[in-house]
Amino acid sequence: MTLLELREKIGYHALLLGAVALAASVTLAGVDGKTRSGIAAAEQRDLQQSLAQVLPEGFADNDLLKDKVNLKRADGSAVAVFRARLKGEAKGAVFQMSARGYADEVVVLIGVDVGGRILGVRVLKHKETPGLGDKIEIAKGNWIRSFEGRSLGDPTAARFGVKKDGGVFDQFAGATITPRAVVKAVREGLQFFVANQPAIFAVPGKE
Amino acid sequence: MASYKEIAEQGLWTQNVVFSQLLGLCPTLAVTTSGTNGLGMGLATTAVLAVSGMIVSSLRQWISPQVRIPVFIVLIAALVTLVDMGLNAYLHDLYKVLGMYIALIVANCSVLGRAEAFAAREPVFASGLDGLSMGLGFTFALTLIGLIRELLGAGTLFSQASLLLGPSFKFLETTVVADYGGFLLMILPPGGFLVLGCLLAAKRLYEARRAVAAGPLSPSAQPA
Repeated sequence: MTLLELREKIGYHALLLGAVALAASVTLAGVDGKTRSGIAAAEQRDLQQSLAQVLPEGFADNDLLKDKVNLKRADGSAVAVFRARLKGEAKGAVFQMSARGYADEVVVLIGVDVGGRILGVRVLKHKETPGLGDKIEIAKGNWIRSFEGRSLGDPTAARFGVKKDGGVFDQFAGATITPRAVVKAVREGLQFFVANQPAIFAVPGKE
Repeated sequence: MASYKEIAEQGLWTQNVVFSQLLGLCPTLAVTTSGTNGLGMGLATTAVLAVSGMIVSSLRQWISPQVRIPVFIVLIAALVTLVDMGLNAYLHDLYKVLGMYIALIVANCSVLGRAEAFAAREPVFASGLDGLSMGLGFTFALTLIGLIRELLGAGTLFSQASLLLGPSFKFLETTVVADYGGFLLMILPPGGFLVLGCLLAAKRLYEARRAVAAGPLSPSAQPA
């Protein structure tokens, strides 16, 4: 029987499909094994870089990625807190917070010192309107730096909002919802930090 | 069989995936918010097109016509996943720029279209060349649309190109209009439709003019 005749058989179709699917799966599994460690390393590097962005240079000398404690917020969601230490002494903490923006969740990374003062805030992930809401990115403007040095009580709770809501933080022309979400995430982050401060630093750091 | 020169010409211009066949418009409209995005997406698609063309062509005797479509789909999806994992592991900075668009290559019907229309009938080398030239034609189209949208929308050209091509290409990043307020419409989805429509009209016009100019003199147009 020639290949042309064989190709017409139902059994051949099934075998062919099966063989192609098997070969594809084996290749994918092999490459997945090869690239997995590389991908994990790259993601760790990303996290390390963003952690370094929200802390001043020389602020900590420990490996923050390894000095991590997992806490729960009042609503049950988990927050991973990375602790910054200098010569073994606790200096501050870095954690993620998110709030609902215009399009989707806006995820911010907040660095706070032990006194509850903000060291730095960066937006990690958002899907806000390009050209309007994306000014919250450090690449598009300095707005996100307006949080530096702030803490709960500075400004007061009533003024910890965008200007349109009677607060102190600028909104952007044409975009109020996005900055409002970021301000909310930062405010909640500070509240979380203050409420959990003993727990954050209670567990000794693992080196 | 068409000559290699014809294959290249078809891919780059006469049968251009975007401007002539109007295929792959979903990724075209979605990613072309800047020249750099268009270029990156185009190059990734080119790699998939060339390799899938060669694989399909080398298997063409064994593939029964009745089940060819699922076989092509499995091959293309596996290839795209390989590109996705490889970029994520080894070219992570580029992956951060293109990340979510890589998976869109599967949905690019031009990849399946070339497998079906060309690679399933032609030899391996010709299929690889066809994939390469179709891909480069696609890259050209995406980069052009991206650059126009970026220029009109943000006043820059090739912003973030050094993330894609390496720091030595930093010189490509130009700010054409400083302090440009931005023309949001061009960056948002309607901008993609507007620019693509204008480019299609321009190509038609150019070809119509050329046909008129060449018409009475060209030997093929002479009555027999």
